[in-house]
Amino acid sequence: MNKNLTRPRKVFQVINVIILAILALLCLLPLLNLLAISLSSSSAVTTGQVSFWPVDFTLDSYKFVLEKPEFYRAFGISVAKVFVGVPLNMLMSIMIAYPLSRTKAEFRARNAYMWFFLITMVFSGGLVPWYIVISKLGLIDSFWALILPVAVPVYNVVILTNFFKGIPKEIEEAALIDGATYWQVVWRIFVPLSKAALASIMLFAIVNHWNSWFEGLILMNRPENYPLQSYLQTVVVNRDVRLMTSQNAAFITTVSERTSRAAQVFTATLPVLVVYPFLQKYFTTGVVLGGVKE
Amino acid sequence: MKKKNPLAAKRMKTLPLHLMILPGAILVFVFSYLPMFGLVMAFQNFSPAKGFFGSDFVGLANFRYAFKIPGFWQIVYNTLLISILKIILNIVVPVIVALLLNELISTKFKRTVQTVIYFPHFLSWIILAGLFIDILSPSEGIVNTIIRFFGGNPIYFLGDKNWFPYSMVFTDVWKEFGYGTIVYLAALTSINPTLYEAAEIDGAGRFKQTLHVTLPALAPTILLMGMLSLGGILNAGGTVSASGSSGFEQIYNLYSPQVYETGDILETLVFRLGLGNGQYSVATAIGLIKSAISCGLMTFGYWLAKKTANYEIL
Repeated sequence: MNKNLTRPRKVFQVINVIILAILALLCLLPLLNLLAISLSSSSAVTTGQVSFWPVDFTLDSYKFVLEKPEFYRAFGISVAKVFVGVPLNMLMSIMIAYPLSRTKAEFRARNAYMWFFLITMVFSGGLVPWYIVISKLGLIDSFWALILPVAVPVYNVVILTNFFKGIPKEIEEAALIDGATYWQVVWRIFVPLSKAALASIMLFAIVNHWNSWFEGLILMNRPENYPLQSYLQTVVVNRDVRLMTSQNAAFITTVSERTSRAAQVFTATLPVLVVYPFLQKYFTTGVVLGGVKE
Repeated sequence: MKKKNPLAAKRMKTLPLHLMILPGAILVFVFSYLPMFGLVMAFQNFSPAKGFFGSDFVGLANFRYAFKIPGFWQIVYNTLLISILKIILNIVVPVIVALLLNELISTKFKRTVQTVIYFPHFLSWIILAGLFIDILSPSEGIVNTIIRFFGGNPIYFLGDKNWFPYSMVFTDVWKEFGYGTIVYLAALTSINPTLYEAAEIDGAGRFKQTLHVTLPALAPTILLMGMLSLGGILNAGGTVSASGSSGFEQIYNLYSPQVYETGDILETLVFRLGLGNGQYSVATAIGLIKSAISCGLMTFGYWLAKKTANYEIL
C-alpha cells in the first residue's frame, strides 16, 4: 500500500504523523516535567533550570517522602483497599451480571432488578444523607467505609451483563441439561469465556479504588486512616504546612516543598503506570461494551 | 424445558438467580437507596440532634432560600458554561483525533500514540491537581516559563477568574480526549469498506471520502455520545465514562476563593454548604433539584438515543 501513495497523500501522512506525535508529547511532557522536578535538587528547581530532564540528579525527594510515616501508611491503606475492594467488586459484578444477562422469559424479575441498579447511576440521595447513613452504620473511621459503599460498581455490571449476553446460549444449555447448577455455569463457563471483559472491568475497578479520595477525606476523621489519594489531597492541593515541619536537616539543601510534592505525586502514579500496560489491550473491549453497542 | 407444574418449577429454578443477585442488591439498597429516604430533610429544618423524625417540616423554604443565595444563578451559569464547553470539545477533539489515527499507515506508531493518549484518563484529579498546580504556576511553572520565553506575560491559569473556567475545560480535554477516541475508533472499524471503494470509483479523494462516507458513518455515535452526556450537564463533568470524571473532583481540587465567582459549580456549592457550613437541609435541597433535573435530562437523552440510534443500555 505504501508504494502507490500519491504525492499529496504522502505529504498528508507526514503532517499527520507530526500532529499526532505532538499530541502524544502534550500528554507526556507534563508528566516528564514533574518526574524531572522530583529527581532534581531543589536549588536547580528553584533557579528554573529543570524542564524535561533532571538537573543535579538526586533521589533525596523520594527518600524524604518514604521516610514520612504518613506517606507509607496511606500507601499501605490504598494497597489494602485495592486488594480487598477489587476482588469484592469483581465478585459482585459477576454475581449481578449473570442473572441480569438472562432473558426475561428465563428470569422474570430481571427487568425489575435492572432498573433497581440503573436508577442508582442517575439518582442519589445526595451528600448529607449518604454521610448520615454511613455514620449511623458506625463506619466512620473504619476501613470498611472505603470498601462497602463502593462494593457494587454499576457501570461495570452494565459492561459485564452486555458481554454475558453475547455468549452463545447453546453452551450453557448443554451444561444445564447435564445437571449443572447456575453457580457452576457462572464459574466454569461464563467466567473463563469472559477474560477480556473481566480484565477490562478489573482495570476500572483497580483504578477507581486506587484513585478515590473523596470517601477517605469525608468518612475518615483521623488523618492516619486516610488512603493515599486523600492524604495527597491534603498535602498537594491544600499545601499542608505539616509537610515541611518534620523536615530532616539532611535534606534541607536538596529537597523543597515542590520537589517533595512532585515525588509524592509521582509515587502515587506509579502503581497505575505499572498495571496499565498489562490491561491496556483489554480495556477497549470494556469501553465499547459499556458505551456503544451495535 | 419440561412443563410439569410450571409455576413452582420455575420458581425453584430461578431461586438461585435471586440468591446470586441478593448480596449486591442489599449493598446497593443500603448505600444508595437508604440515603434517598434522607432526601426528606430537604423539606425540613434538619438538625442532627433531632434526626429525621424530630426535625420540623418547613415545606419549600429551603428551596426558596437556595434560590436567593447571592450568586446562585451565577453558579448555575458557571456550571452550564463549563459543562457545555466540555461536552462539545470532548466530542469534537476525540472525533478529529480518531480520524487522524485512522489515517495512519504504521500500526506500530498508531498503537504507541494510543497508549500514550489514553493514559491521562486513568490518573485521579488529585494527581492531576498536583501536576497542573505545578506546571501552570505563574512564577515557576513550565507553561509560563515557555510563555515568558516567547516574550508573553505569565498567565495565572488557576488564579485568574477570567481564565479559570477555560482552564477547567482545557485540563479536562487534556485528560479525556485520548480515551474519548476509543468509541469512535471502534465505530470506524465497522464501516463497510465497499463504501469507500464506491466513493473512489465516483472520483472522491480521501478528503471527500472522509466528508461523505466517514463522518456520516460516525454521526450516530457522535449523536449518541452527545445525548448520553446530557445527564451530566449539571455536574460540569463532560463525557460519560467508567471512572466518572465528575466536574466536582476537578474543580474542588483546583479552585480557590479568588475564582469562586466564575469557578463555583452546583456540586462545590452543595459540598461547602453541607459539610462546610452545616446547612444540611439547604445543601440537600439543591442536591435534590440537581438530581431531579439530571434524572430528567438523562431519561430524555436515553429516550432520544433509543429513538434515533436504537441504543439500549442493557
